[in-house]
Amino acid sequence: MPQSKISTEKLNLYYGAKHALKDITIRIRSNMVTALIGPSGCGKSTFLKSLNRMNELTDGARTEGKVYLDGEDIYGSGMDVTRLRKRVGMVFQQPNPFPMTIYDNIAYGPKVHGVRNKEKLDGIVERSLRQAAIWEEVENQLNRTAMGLSGGQKQRLCIARALAVEPEVLLMDEPTSALDPVSTLKVEELIGQLKGKYTIVIVTHNMQQAARVSDDTAFFLMGEMVEFDTTARLFVHPADRRTQEYITGKFG
Amino acid sequence: MFSLCAFTAVAAVFSITLYMIANGVPAIWQVGWKEILFSSVWQPVARDASFGILYVILTSVVGTFLAVLLGVPIGLFTAVFLAEAAPAWLAAVIRPAVELLAGIPSVIYGVLGMMILNPWMYCLEQMLFADSLTHQFTGGANLLSAVIVLAVMILPTVISISEAALRAVPPELKASSLALGASSVETIFRVTIPAARSGILTAVVLGVGRAVGEAMAISLVSGNSVNLPLPFCSVRFLTTAIVSEMGYAGGLHRQVLFTIGLVLFVFIMVINGILSGILKGERQG
Repeated sequence: MPQSKISTEKLNLYYGAKHALKDITIRIRSNMVTALIGPSGCGKSTFLKSLNRMNELTDGARTEGKVYLDGEDIYGSGMDVTRLRKRVGMVFQQPNPFPMTIYDNIAYGPKVHGVRNKEKLDGIVERSLRQAAIWEEVENQLNRTAMGLSGGQKQRLCIARALAVEPEVLLMDEPTSALDPVSTLKVEELIGQLKGKYTIVIVTHNMQQAARVSDDTAFFLMGEMVEFDTTARLFVHPADRRTQEYITGKFG
Repeated sequence: MFSLCAFTAVAAVFSITLYMIANGVPAIWQVGWKEILFSSVWQPVARDASFGILYVILTSVVGTFLAVLLGVPIGLFTAVFLAEAAPAWLAAVIRPAVELLAGIPSVIYGVLGMMILNPWMYCLEQMLFADSLTHQFTGGANLLSAVIVLAVMILPTVISISEAALRAVPPELKASSLALGASSVETIFRVTIPAARSGILTAVVLGVGRAVGEAMAISLVSGNSVNLPLPFCSVRFLTTAIVSEMGYAGGLHRQVLFTIGLVLFVFIMVINGILSGILKGERQG
């Protein structure tokens, strides 16, 4: 069994007085896809953001407990947020390329981290776009604005942008909920291709999607992690009655 | 009834345009457009009168440019601070102050500039030109004073429009940049400001428009004699040229003042053209 890439211990998160995450303890396996499911407001996106400290951008957010990346506490004093976010990339719900050229979108991250060499940047741009399975579609328009792409292309561009800084973990916050079915399928295929190389954590509303793309699934409800198991087992033999009710569509 | 009211503005613009052309053009025929635009000698009441407004045009161009050069960075940084960094209580102090600044009548700016800025400028002038034999002392009423007053006057426009543009940048865009490991300063300069650029450009253009058209305040602080626009020279702008002479001018002199008005009018039209170009590009982009 692969070792865990990220683990949390009694992670609690508060937004002001609101207790948004309660005692989350989880071990996310390396180079696997872990899906986080649950109804709206259950804390799954909040949990995702706590893994690269994006939760800190929300006013009044306070975190207790531990989050380990390769055994290192990411909330520890020795952890540099810039380095952390280079290692733990993120893709958002809305496809949101920067209003610049396709090339500059991809080159943005590497430039932030100090890559100046043009040839090296060219290489990174091509590699990232290939990895995100969008290279063939855009190779002749790298210097055009990314705003002209379709929604699905934009989202794969955003994935490429995240890959360009060579992360180890990729966090995806409902990456297909704004996409049409064909684009969704492409992104799901892409997740399948990427998982050997990256540890992927994906938040999704769509249980079929979780079943299709993930190896492990965690079910969140009202800030608690109700159940965490391999996807195969959780969807077929859920241990908790609430999990069963959710995946069979009784609520949510 | 409503359409009649709505038509008032259109009628006003239309009749002003017609009036400016009708009154500004005859002098161009009489004096010659080259003589007016490219001669630097302004002696409208001399026996052998000369109506060159080159220096006046240059003063408006240079003065506006410098005011924008000074005012836009200050305004933009204020907007960035308000939109991105300022704690709520501080923003609650700054924002009304900015709005108030917009509401102060321009003559007040002029009076304050005259009472406070000009004496400082005079001190500076006395230090800088202590040994100069050729410098004409202005008592501090010079281009630099006018530029500073104009820069302050365009601040509210630049700040409020830039801030609105910066606030309209989707938060996810900033989050994406931060999630790539960029610092908040890198994010502001490389993502947020570029994403808001058309709004910021609009702010700049409107600031230019305000600076070009301002008359009252600068007529009090700029010294009002026709000179090359050098920092410590007393200068006359297109607007102040009209303000200071319209009262007594007659005949051809008066007509040339209308021509100056026409030049100013063309400036404003060009600025409006640029603005609508930007807004159009925005919709398409």
